[in-house]
Amino acid sequence: MTEAPAPQTRFPGFTPEARRQLDELRKRYPTAEAVLLPALYIAQRLSGGWLPDEAIQAVAAELDLPESKVYGVVTFYDLFHQKPVGRHRIRVCTNLSCQIRGSEEIMGTLHKELGVGEEEVTPDGRCSFVHFECLGSCDTAPMMMVDDDYYENLTPQQVRSILRGLK
Amino acid sequence: MAFERVLTRNVGNRDALTLDGYKKTGGYEALAKALKMEPEAVIEEVKKSGLRGRGGAGFPAGMKWGFIPKGKDKPKYLVCNADESEPGTFKDRLLMEHDPHQLIEGCAICCWAVHAETCYIYIRGEYTKAAAILERALKEAYDARILGNSAMGSGFKLNMYVHRGAGAYICGEETGMLESLEGKRGQPRVKPPFPAVVGAFGAPTVINNVETLCNVPHIINRGADWFKSIGTDERNTGPKLYAISGHVERPGTYEHPIGITFREMLEAAGGMWRQGQLKAFIPGGASAPLLKASEIDIKMDFDTVAKAGSMLGSAAVIVMDETVCMVRSVARLAKFFNHESCGQCTPCREGTNWMELLLKRLEHGEGREGDAMLLKSVAGNVGGNSLCALGDAAVGPVKSLVERFPEEIEAHIRERRCPFPEYRYFKDGV
Repeated sequence: MTEAPAPQTRFPGFTPEARRQLDELRKRYPTAEAVLLPALYIAQRLSGGWLPDEAIQAVAAELDLPESKVYGVVTFYDLFHQKPVGRHRIRVCTNLSCQIRGSEEIMGTLHKELGVGEEEVTPDGRCSFVHFECLGSCDTAPMMMVDDDYYENLTPQQVRSILRGLK
Repeated sequence: MAFERVLTRNVGNRDALTLDGYKKTGGYEALAKALKMEPEAVIEEVKKSGLRGRGGAGFPAGMKWGFIPKGKDKPKYLVCNADESEPGTFKDRLLMEHDPHQLIEGCAICCWAVHAETCYIYIRGEYTKAAAILERALKEAYDARILGNSAMGSGFKLNMYVHRGAGAYICGEETGMLESLEGKRGQPRVKPPFPAVVGAFGAPTVINNVETLCNVPHIINRGADWFKSIGTDERNTGPKLYAISGHVERPGTYEHPIGITFREMLEAAGGMWRQGQLKAFIPGGASAPLLKASEIDIKMDFDTVAKAGSMLGSAAVIVMDETVCMVRSVARLAKFFNHESCGQCTPCREGTNWMELLLKRLEHGEGREGDAMLLKSVAGNVGGNSLCALGDAAVGPVKSLVERFPEEIEAHIRERRCPFPEYRYFKDGV
């Protein structure tokens, strides 16, 4: 088995497809500034799930906004990251409804199985995990999100099996 | 007589995800009807129905629409609040994932009523699945010319877009949402001016919750009188979604006539989980003060819950059994509010932090005599002293802990530890 590549650490520049998306987005709003959140999502996806400085600078240049403003926005929102993340990013809901249905044990399982702390990336670059605020799936507590997918009604055993399936 | 599901009638009907399937259930008939009515008449009908906002504040929707200046000379906007982030709340996700066209139709009718040619559905960034379902449904609606340059051939130009948030509870606050939509940090604005006058991009804007807008097609189809026939009284009308979670057998989103009692709701959800004893419940999301088991017969409508010193909020009900530590629970909620305070107003930014620290200290057995009073005093300095409602929201659970469960605070101080065991829900960690 070959070693998985380390998380991508740089911004490759906007691809033609990304530029086409940005042009489409600009038509939706009366100001260029309103494209900022969607543009940051695009830049983050191109950079392997986080926003290195050059990505933030490129977004600022693209939308003709001061870099300071873009940094201000990046640091405000939980879904933009200024540190590398794992290829798979795990978010565990730990708010009240999940807390009283077992989320603490789910966090414990992740910690033990992955051998890293919150916000740290496993040495093979595969996973990183964080506790998160309510993800709107309280009826299926405890739950976690892996990348864009919800995993619900979890048990520690299921968490171990989900982790085994992540490449 | 069994209550007829209205808002959730298509939940479980996978066919309704498509435009054709939705139309088979009478979909877009209300929009066609509304487009033939005068916008004023649409607003009147919604006013008459008594529909109140389902996002948390319970403000009359028709009145909100009526505040929008008339005329077509200036652009106007509808922003649909799909930033569902109140802990305990998951009803809007259900509506969007199972019946996206119902929401689109509700938005379109509102746009016609206030003459807004652009609608943004501001959805929380984590709801990627719901966003994709909405995008697909919007594309169908454009292709069928329900949206676009001439909505259903009426000549009314209507564009609708999904706009994703990026993980910030405060963006559910309406002016925080507008800032975020404009590409800024989601820090709430000073009011007045209210969004109906100066909203998105400086233009008059209606902001309504997903569930509120989903009610609209039914009001237009079946009339305000039908809507008013459901509920407790003329101030609390219509069907309501209740999201129930925590220690109940069958957690989930349930549609009931507004004003059902908590006891009936609990029974509908299969009663207490593993036959536990009810200890406390939160009637309306993390911002709502806790209620005790003795309040089980409360009617779950806006005014009755407010009279009991709490709030219906988003009608997210979190049920806790006798094994739950109230200090630990409120400490968790305090951590949430501290994390989510936008930092703009000092009393909220500092106060939420102090409340979390004090509650953690108590939970860790390091509480001191007088901590209950100290908590109350900090809470008193936060409430009413911030630009938006987050400060007040953060205070709600803390005050209710001090007032309704003083004996638990005392036990933590006296025993120098949390008297409740750790939460262990899985046998042998499996």
